[in-house]
Amino acid sequence: MVRAITYASFSDDKSLLHAAKELRGRGISLIDAYTPFPVHGLDEVLGEPRSRLPIVCFVAASIGCVASMWFQIWTSAQDWPINVGGKPFASIPAFIPVTFEVTVLLGGLVSVAVFFFRNRLFPGKAAVIPDRNVTSDGFWIAVEHQAAKVDSAVLNRTLQDLGASHIRHEEQEI
Amino acid sequence: MSHSPISRTRKPLVIGDKSYGDVTQDVLRPIEARPTKGWYVCLMVAATCLVFGAATVWYQIATGIGTWGLNKTVGWAWDITNFVFWVGIGHAGTLISAILLLFRQKWRTSINRAAEAMTIFAVICAAIFPVIHMGRPWLAFWMFPYPNTRGPLWVNFRSPLLWDVFAISTYFTISLVFWFIGLIPDLATMRDHSSSAFKRKLFGVFSLGWNGSARTWARYETLCLILAGLATPLVVSVHSIVSMDFATAVIPGWHATLFPPYFVAGAVFSGFAMVLTLMILTRKVMRLDSYITDSHLQMMCKVLQLTGLMVALAYSTEFFMAWYSGNAYERFVFINRATGPFAWAFWTMVTCNVVLPQLLWIKRLRLNVMFLLGMSIIVNIGMWFERFVIITTSIHRDYLPSSWADYSPTWVEKATFLGTFGLFFTCFLLFLRFLPMIAISEVKGVLHYGKGLKEVTHG
Repeated sequence: MVRAITYASFSDDKSLLHAAKELRGRGISLIDAYTPFPVHGLDEVLGEPRSRLPIVCFVAASIGCVASMWFQIWTSAQDWPINVGGKPFASIPAFIPVTFEVTVLLGGLVSVAVFFFRNRLFPGKAAVIPDRNVTSDGFWIAVEHQAAKVDSAVLNRTLQDLGASHIRHEEQEI
Repeated sequence: MSHSPISRTRKPLVIGDKSYGDVTQDVLRPIEARPTKGWYVCLMVAATCLVFGAATVWYQIATGIGTWGLNKTVGWAWDITNFVFWVGIGHAGTLISAILLLFRQKWRTSINRAAEAMTIFAVICAAIFPVIHMGRPWLAFWMFPYPNTRGPLWVNFRSPLLWDVFAISTYFTISLVFWFIGLIPDLATMRDHSSSAFKRKLFGVFSLGWNGSARTWARYETLCLILAGLATPLVVSVHSIVSMDFATAVIPGWHATLFPPYFVAGAVFSGFAMVLTLMILTRKVMRLDSYITDSHLQMMCKVLQLTGLMVALAYSTEFFMAWYSGNAYERFVFINRATGPFAWAFWTMVTCNVVLPQLLWIKRLRLNVMFLLGMSIIVNIGMWFERFVIITTSIHRDYLPSSWADYSPTWVEKATFLGTFGLFFTCFLLFLRFLPMIAISEVKGVLHYGKGLKEVTHG
């Protein structure tokens, strides 16, 4: 199957955001936008739901917390109890620092791993970008004809009216 | 999202009428151009120190740490001083990248990349010392609790030295990951900006197919907030745990509940001094004055002044408690610290950390970049002496006068310390050469900050 995509570039983040809002108001939904830095508000226009990454982080950190505390108690009081300076075998307060570190470590690493997985970022992946300037000073949006249910001539005109400097059509195999 | 109000009190973070493309050009220019002679000279000096240091490390490991000036009484001295010194320096990087992110201090964007790099290199330098001090570094993996054939015999989780293992390795890992996450969009910029096919391929691999998609950016910002939220307590925990290496011992002069906040303030103090030193030098050499502006230096100065006063308060609290506790041993340690054989080190510390930084109150001096450079180096010398004073003066005269001893470092210890400076600066110079020292995408987000023009969208 082939899908037809129209890419349009704008001069800066403000005009991109304006155009995205206008298009959405006219019932033309964007598939994505590409910017050199995060443009706040764009995620809402795209209908991107709030990221659930904090939940992932909380779960991973909780697992790290419970597992490391359990592990310290198990090694120190169960598996091979050693009397160190007459302290209790399960010296909970002394186990807090390591518990904290493992909590942070697991929370951080799992969040990053899930972020990579969710966004399909991995070494060697070919970047799908509308133009090489998108990581420097290009602000692009992508509209799919089929999904937007709009005639390409109308779309062109609309984009031009909204201040698009470059408009490009592309057919992608999917 | 949040719309920053246009305020007359806000100064622009980037000087000049730069476009987004200019930012890319300006930051990448030093990387894409051929390195300057000055860079080669600096690298040669740093690499020489590194090689000399590495040879010394080889020698002391092959011979044993009897090559150090330690004795039965002074069992910790230069090595642990250097360890704490380097870990402390690292703290400024995390403070800038994580705590200032949570506080929405936008001026951090120009300096966070370099400061985080500094953190990573400083932690590597720090980790070298305890590993050598083990005497048999090839058994360093025994520090980790893994199922072994000795029982399994587990590590002692009640020991602050083990907490340190976990704290430093977690700190290093999270800092490295945070740094890399910040680098991904800039690596993609380098990939798309480079004219060489090899570099496009190389940066293509490391930028993980980043395409600047708005959906990815939204999740990316969430991830950065999460990592900042995790790194903030982490950085406080690291130096707190380092201080517990001392505070949980029953040695007078070490055994104080004051230690964790005292060490954290000291760490930020020394770290900001190092950031100032590095930024003043690199912005000059790399011609990035429009990004690392004088007002950035002023901001760092304020942090330096604040943490300097906190350190001064900690010094006086220690002396007050030595007197007020009525503990004869505690009192002796502090009188000995100020008047004993190491009084010169103590007074060097007080001069560098408490007396001289007060000159920063004078605006004319504060605005003088050369003065700031000198002051930042003085503070770092002072903070090195602080650790030396805390460690050595507390143990060289213990409860038993017959075991009192003197301590002076051997050439081996000095050369090792020099070697870590070599390592640090070699890494830093290579970083300046091969990676963007300013976070390009973050600076673009604050480009119009304080200029009243297109201010609104990126808050």
